[in-house]
Amino acid sequence: MKEEYIFLSGNEACAEAAIKANLGFFAGYPITPSTEIAEILAERLPSQNKIFIQMEDEIASLAAVIGASIGGLKAMTATSGPGFSLMQEHIGFAVMAEISCVIVNVQRLGPSTGQPTSPSQGDVMQARWGTHGDHPIIALSPSSVKEVFDLTIQAFNLSEKYRIPVILLMDEVVAHMREKLKISTHDIRIYERKKVKLTQNEEYYPYKNEVSKVPALALFGEGYRFHITGLIHDQAGFPTLRIDEINDWQDRIFGKIENNLDEIIQYEEEDLEDAETVIISYGISVRSAQAAKNIARENGKKVGLIKLLTIWPFAEELIKKVSKKVKKIIMPELNRGQLVLEVERNACFGGAQVIRINRLDGKLISPKAILDKI
Amino acid sequence: MSINLTIIEKYLRENKILPTVWCPGCGIGLVLKAVLGAIDELNLNKNDIAMVSGIGCAGRMPVYVDFDTLHTTHGRALSFATGIKLAKPKMNVIVIMGDGDAVAIGGNHFIHTSRRNIELTAIVINNFIYGLTGGQFSPATPLDSLATTSPYGNIDQPFDICRLGEMAGASFVARSTVYHLKELQKFIKLALQKEGFSIVEALSNCHINYGKRNNLSKPIDMFNWFKNNTTLKDEEGKIKRGIFADKNIPGYYKQYQELIKRAKLCQR
Repeated sequence: MKEEYIFLSGNEACAEAAIKANLGFFAGYPITPSTEIAEILAERLPSQNKIFIQMEDEIASLAAVIGASIGGLKAMTATSGPGFSLMQEHIGFAVMAEISCVIVNVQRLGPSTGQPTSPSQGDVMQARWGTHGDHPIIALSPSSVKEVFDLTIQAFNLSEKYRIPVILLMDEVVAHMREKLKISTHDIRIYERKKVKLTQNEEYYPYKNEVSKVPALALFGEGYRFHITGLIHDQAGFPTLRIDEINDWQDRIFGKIENNLDEIIQYEEEDLEDAETVIISYGISVRSAQAAKNIARENGKKVGLIKLLTIWPFAEELIKKVSKKVKKIIMPELNRGQLVLEVERNACFGGAQVIRINRLDGKLISPKAILDKI
Repeated sequence: MSINLTIIEKYLRENKILPTVWCPGCGIGLVLKAVLGAIDELNLNKNDIAMVSGIGCAGRMPVYVDFDTLHTTHGRALSFATGIKLAKPKMNVIVIMGDGDAVAIGGNHFIHTSRRNIELTAIVINNFIYGLTGGQFSPATPLDSLATTSPYGNIDQPFDICRLGEMAGASFVARSTVYHLKELQKFIKLALQKEGFSIVEALSNCHINYGKRNNLSKPIDMFNWFKNNTTLKDEEGKIKRGIFADKNIPGYYKQYQELIKRAKLCQR
């Protein structure tokens, strides 16, 4: 087993992890505070016979990423708020055509140009609903450099496995802070894309309604000569107006996520056994939440913590369960209250009181601000 | 012109029920014939062809052809195609776009793909109008033309699509019309053989949504218009057909292979 210790920023860890996950193609457009990811990959990918391309904008970047993924390469892009807004149409295309790809959004204060060098958690709802139409999505949110590394790999694995775009929602502080990272190659599991296996004379259906709900996608150039479209399509990939086929399509693209929530939704619990108050957090706000919880425990208060690593799909069952156990839920986030809406919606089953802590002036929520609410 | 049955049998998808979505007499079918004719003349392997399109009437072409086909978003077909080409460099990637698709919403990608000179072949079917949405003026609509969104005549100066591609750096640029079908096929054949980014603009008839508002309401009216108003020579007041650019410059993928060598030397 090989172990290495390195000292990295979040953006560096993201690029390193992508390389470890066998990234074959990166397309992007410079934008603060995500640019280092592109810079590192521009330096590292070519010597490994992999592709780095700087596109003319973020729209083209995600389009090229999807094209490369159709050609069989693991592909990603990295951006921040304004670029993420431009990518929304193609996120929808990747959902519709079921093309694996990873989109990193290093969140900064918005809307508009906002404050490019300040952290924010303002794109939580955009990650969920930014593209038009009802659709499933997966979004992960790391709170440390180690988690950036792990969740970047996880993003590729989930995307390849479920044929869905996966969004890695970082923020400016997670991207730029430096922490010690232990990488053990033993722990790294890389999921490689399922290959098409057909019996003799069997026709290929890129969108077959099979039990797993995730049929293997053939690559362009392999002789399958199939069709991919952003239109609602039948199992062969051709546009359809038939209601039965539209319903089958819908059941499958939602079902492939809804039937696998146990694998997709990741979270960590700390000191929950006897907790009367629980802080629920994600991303950079976890660090203040952890500090507040530890100080509270030292002072004899029964406080626990839930760290959400997967924010979409949302951990509904977990919150329902917890809200029956605890009296109070505290939710700090760097926005005016986004993911807390999901917490409130589910906490009403148990009746726990939900307290919001919000900040969007470019500064982090302090442990004291959380302690004051405990 | 007789219909070449072998080309239909060879290159159209059996399971796609004809007629196409295009209006009777639409020129896009003729462009398809020229594209398939050029592919056939070059004897390209069907498994090595990817056809990528955007949105609009022209964007519906890939559904009918028996290649790997990708119907993308409005204006972005070239960017998707760029990713495919870099992942599958051996494939012939043909991008089908309309005028609005290529130079309005996709204008930025059109000039940057030309600048990058990546090994793709773009067929821009210019019918001077947004046909699928019912006849709005596009960046290729001639001045004073009537359209549903220019009911008092178009005051937007049109792009010269070939000049745009040429100035932006594409290695091969040519223009013909659906009336000059053999010439069009010849240009497409040259484009498919050319290293780097090649563009063929095919002027085409939308008699339904362009012609009927502009005294050219039958396909034959528009064919005659192409016959009388385009020229291979430099003639004042006529649209120039022919080859605008034919440069021997390395394509992006080829350049990238050189970059890989450089990167390996640096990291050694």
